[in-house]
Amino acid sequence: MSRPRITPLQFIVHLAGGVPAAQMLFALLADRLTANPIQRLEQLTGLTALTFLLLSLACTPAAALSGWQELTRRRKALGNYGFLYAALHVSIFIALDYGLNLNALLRDVGSKRYILLGAAAFLLLIPLASTSFNYWMKRLGKNWKRLHRLVYLISPLVVLHFFLAVKGNPLNLSGNISQPILYAAITSLLLLLRLPPLKKALIQLRTRWLPPVKPA
Amino acid sequence: MADQLKSNPVKPSEITPKHVYLSRRDFIKAAGVLAGSMALTSCLPQTVEPPSASTADPAIAKKTDELGDPVNSFDDITHYNNYYEFTTAKEGVAGLAAKFKTSPWQVEVSGLVSQPRTFSVEELIKRYPPEERIYRLRCVEAWSMVIPWVGFPLAKLLQEVEPTSAAKYVRFETLFNPEEMPAQKEKWYPWPYQEGLRLDEARHDLTLLATGLYGGELPAQSGGGLRLVVPWKYGFKSIKAIVKIELTATQPATLWSTIQPGEYGFYANVNPQVDHPRWSQASERRIGELARRETLPFNGYAEQVAELYEGMDLRKNY
Repeated sequence: MSRPRITPLQFIVHLAGGVPAAQMLFALLADRLTANPIQRLEQLTGLTALTFLLLSLACTPAAALSGWQELTRRRKALGNYGFLYAALHVSIFIALDYGLNLNALLRDVGSKRYILLGAAAFLLLIPLASTSFNYWMKRLGKNWKRLHRLVYLISPLVVLHFFLAVKGNPLNLSGNISQPILYAAITSLLLLLRLPPLKKALIQLRTRWLPPVKPA
Repeated sequence: MADQLKSNPVKPSEITPKHVYLSRRDFIKAAGVLAGSMALTSCLPQTVEPPSASTADPAIAKKTDELGDPVNSFDDITHYNNYYEFTTAKEGVAGLAAKFKTSPWQVEVSGLVSQPRTFSVEELIKRYPPEERIYRLRCVEAWSMVIPWVGFPLAKLLQEVEPTSAAKYVRFETLFNPEEMPAQKEKWYPWPYQEGLRLDEARHDLTLLATGLYGGELPAQSGGGLRLVVPWKYGFKSIKAIVKIELTATQPATLWSTIQPGEYGFYANVNPQVDHPRWSQASERRIGELARRETLPFNGYAEQVAELYEGMDLRKNY
């Protein structure tokens, strides 16, 4: 059996997947997660999950623009890291923040839109993560791609969840909202690039302005 | 040789059982991982050294509030700050405020008063002997601390300047100096920070003008040179770095209610029954504790202050 070769891009993806967790662990051990470490961990895992989700969304347009087709093959791993950090985020919220106190959890989850949105996004991520194995890819065939388009719904849900969790008002552009705005802008751009005319424009941009790419 | 063995017998009880030495190995392994991680953390961005920890009196750390809960550590109090004039990162305020000059500090008292004038904090401290007040601080973000403030009741200063009969409210304003407070250059907020109280709230004995913390001076990141502390209201009412106090006839605008009038009201009394529109206020995390606590009405000061709001609908007047 020949050993599968790990490409440099694959190495970078997995390194990037592990670094935030390692940083959080070290910061936790060194007591560098502020005086409110549970909240800080929630914020860090949430932000990391959204970042990986957006990185996975960036693969296709980046491949179209650069012609580097390997990018599309790393989408799945990036999305899975997004799910892992989201799962960590949800676990910390339930087990540490609310200390598994189901009464308090239900009281707050049911009445608070930002938690409902976050919960919906996470639940929608579960079928995507659990069908990320090659077995399911083959078995679902065309439907696999359809199913995974759910991410076009999930990513705006997460951005909205982010907006609702900070003190600030996006309607009059005030408060602590610069970070959610940045994430909203990137998400919108990545989703817009899925529209056929923009997709075509992206490919034309490459063929017209960039040197041709040698087939891999 | 045989004698040596005899004179130095190893009792069966002295032989380390297998599971003990195995767990010891695990421990050493864990310690190795820990040491390695410590070495790695030193590569992370360094947080700024705690400023003037010497001003914190260690005896105060053992004190409690009247409910028996211990005060938070000086380090937690001075390194977990919501002070958006510096940064929105709570752990970053201390470093950015390290060079902020809190002394000398002056506050101008004006508006509907017979004796308007400007006071220096030094003068205020001389006039009104500082008292220690151990108060709970409940942030609107659902965390809380117990803080040993040093200061004097705002009522004393108000008495001095003699509000006229037309005065109904007190308006407070924070220093506006983007050179020293870098985030004031940002356009996300209608700077300077402003807050307000009804005159009877302002005259309540619990309402404090703080000039110190933990038996020492008031650190810049905690609101020095002069800050307000209203313990039964959410923390954002307790305005920091005050340079103006103005008596008014009409309810003053406040920074947060200007940004989002539907979410931050003028009163902002701590109330577990009235949620922030987007998150619950029923419980809170006391900094330093793992489990959540139920939030108390008026942050546990209902006995002293509930009468101020008799007959008012606290759902409308949030």
